[in-house]
Amino acid sequence: MNPETPAFKANARAALSDPQLQSALSGLPTGLVAQRTSARARLPEFEALRDIGRDVRNHALEYLDLYLETYERNATAAGAVVHWAETGQDAREIIARICQDAGARIVTKGKSMISEEIALNVDLEARGFEVVETDLGEYIIQNRLETPSHIIAPAIHLTQQQVEDDFRKLHTHLPAGRILEEPAQLVAEARSVLREKFMLADVGITGANFLIAETGSSIIVTNEGNGDLTQSLARVHIVLASIDKVLPTLEDVTTVLRLLARSATGQEFTTYATFSTGPRRPEDPDGPDAYHVVLLDNGRAELLGSEFREVLRCIRCGACMNHCPVYNAVGGHAYGWVYPGPIGAVMTPALIGVKAGGHLPNASTFCGRCEAVCPMKIPLPKLMRHWREAEFEQGHTPTRYRYGLKTWAWFAKRPRTYHFCARFAAAVLGALGSGAGRFSRLPFASGWTRDRDFPAPQGRTFQQLWAETRRGVPR
Amino acid sequence: MSLIEKPADREGAREAILSKVRASLGIEPEVPGQSGARSAIVERRIEAPPRHLTPARVLKPKVDLEALFASTLVSQFASVLPANNFSDVPGAIATYLRQTNLPSVIGLGQDPVLAALPWGIEPGLTLSPGPARPETEVSVSRAIAGAAETGTIFLASGPDNPVTLTFMPATHIVVLTANDIVGPYEDAFQVVRKLYGNGLMPRTLNLVSGPSRTADIGGKIVIGAHGPQRLAVVVVGNNRPPAA
Ligand code: SF4
Repeated sequence: MNPETPAFKANARAALSDPQLQSALSGLPTGLVAQRTSARARLPEFEALRDIGRDVRNHALEYLDLYLETYERNATAAGAVVHWAETGQDAREIIARICQDAGARIVTKGKSMISEEIALNVDLEARGFEVVETDLGEYIIQNRLETPSHIIAPAIHLTQQQVEDDFRKLHTHLPAGRILEEPAQLVAEARSVLREKFMLADVGITGANFLIAETGSSIIVTNEGNGDLTQSLARVHIVLASIDKVLPTLEDVTTVLRLLARSATGQEFTTYATFSTGPRRPEDPDGPDAYHVVLLDNGRAELLGSEFREVLRCIRCGACMNHCPVYNAVGGHAYGWVYPGPIGAVMTPALIGVKAGGHLPNASTFCGRCEAVCPMKIPLPKLMRHWREAEFEQGHTPTRYRYGLKTWAWFAKRPRTYHFCARFAAAVLGALGSGAGRFSRLPFASGWTRDRDFPAPQGRTFQQLWAETRRGVPR
Repeated sequence: MSLIEKPADREGAREAILSKVRASLGIEPEVPGQSGARSAIVERRIEAPPRHLTPARVLKPKVDLEALFASTLVSQFASVLPANNFSDVPGAIATYLRQTNLPSVIGLGQDPVLAALPWGIEPGLTLSPGPARPETEVSVSRAIAGAAETGTIFLASGPDNPVTLTFMPATHIVVLTANDIVGPYEDAFQVVRKLYGNGLMPRTLNLVSGPSRTADIGGKIVIGAHGPQRLAVVVVGNNRPPAA
């Protein structure tokens, strides 16, 4: 998809005044957040597992070249065709060619964030394939021509009523007077509509939560069962996975899986964890005839050598966004690209460049909750700070901020002038604001005062109070 | 045209990616000993995978594991049907289908244990062999293991237990012996390694922990999404194989 990240501020303002979005987002604290908290409480080893999970992922990254080769060898031995793609463009070409060679017409898809990253659907559709998203949330947003607003709950920004309205518009072959009051009725309708697509599909595309070097397997972790129907009923199964997904052994995978569902939805385990290894075997009565794996780099190899390496530990659980006050307020679309929330603020500039995505790390209060809940212990606030620095260094920070910072730096290097001016400003503002204790408008600070008041200083600076306290002056 | 013919990828992509990875890791191919030492570490880990932490909840006697397996499955919206012996399985299935008002035609594969069950004692049941078809409403599979840790069933695909039986029908019934219930996932994977060989897997290994579900509409959990709406697990207490 085309990044819209530079519009974050405008998007965020629109999101804050969108009542349907606000109502849809209001369930986050009691839903996913509370469920994670209780899942964590039920497993006393959760914190210890986070440390081990982090170490497992670090180990896999430290030997990534060798584990990729081992994975490829074992997958190929099981009959997989492994492809390597440096860029999104390369991956799209490879996938399109596989679809063409298979004489495909209908392509079903399981949920895959990386296919969003490379805008696969648009490309396949432009080449004449009918692409059907089969994850319920993805199906809903595909038909609205939207992108996911959350990495595990793509339609979290929509209310039940919006889905009902969409289904009535979309499924015109069904009786207009049918009752769609309950979520279960909407789910049943989608199930029957999509079942036909599963049966007709020629190619099924899924992502991979992990790849296992030991066995050459790809893993998808799901609740709906759509990914399994996608990959079992089509003649050709294509797995699209980024190169950072490989883990050494089954034991390593189980450790990380213990963290994934609990962090994501608060489930003990997802309903399905499917390990796929090669195509249908000669004696098998079902399953795909061909099994392709596309290993995509798209910037990961380079990230590995940067100060952002730790972000490659991400297992895409979504906990960081569920717990993010900014995400909770504005939702995922405001971020303007594929990955929202704290992980998006770190991944987006890495994948589309600092110029287009570098201001996202500013959409943070640096409260640190994302790092506190991240199962892989990724220091998200630290990495966001790195991007802020990079953005400043590369000169993409808006002139106003640069100017302000420069002015501040000039004063900061001249303590006496700084203290004098600060004392003066505090005294003047303190006197002016002494009635209400706050300003609803201030010159040069309209960006702040448009949405909230600026508290009036108490007449003295921090430095003055500090000095007085040290001298023992009673306040 | 063969489906597994490999179309030519952009030339050199593999080497380009791997060398970028090595450069990022600071690996220099010509440093003597370095690459050998790294390979040795990787090979050792693959050959003898170290176990990490096992949750204390599964460090229990076998009977307690069986109870944990069943209660966890039930809390994940599955039904657990006890059966003392293999010969009781057709009866348990027939009763469940009757009580739940479900059709009595059952899809199943060539699993020898399932095939040897005395289906004849339940004349109301009709067996429909082979993979799932669109009209298959009920299926029966046999699991190779169950992990008590999270009430998780391990199903291996193949002619004995076609994978479509696990996902297409509205009702999926799984038969498992109490003896095959283990504690942590790692023990279940040991079973897989024993059956298929180290480093080898069935085409699909499905870990199933309940009926399919979704929360994609208004964040409300709905049981029964694209996969089965009902999962029933028959736990056979006595491990003696059914009389042929
Ligand atoms: S950064 Fe951490 S919390 Fe966020 S999605 Fe990735 S693993 Fe989950």
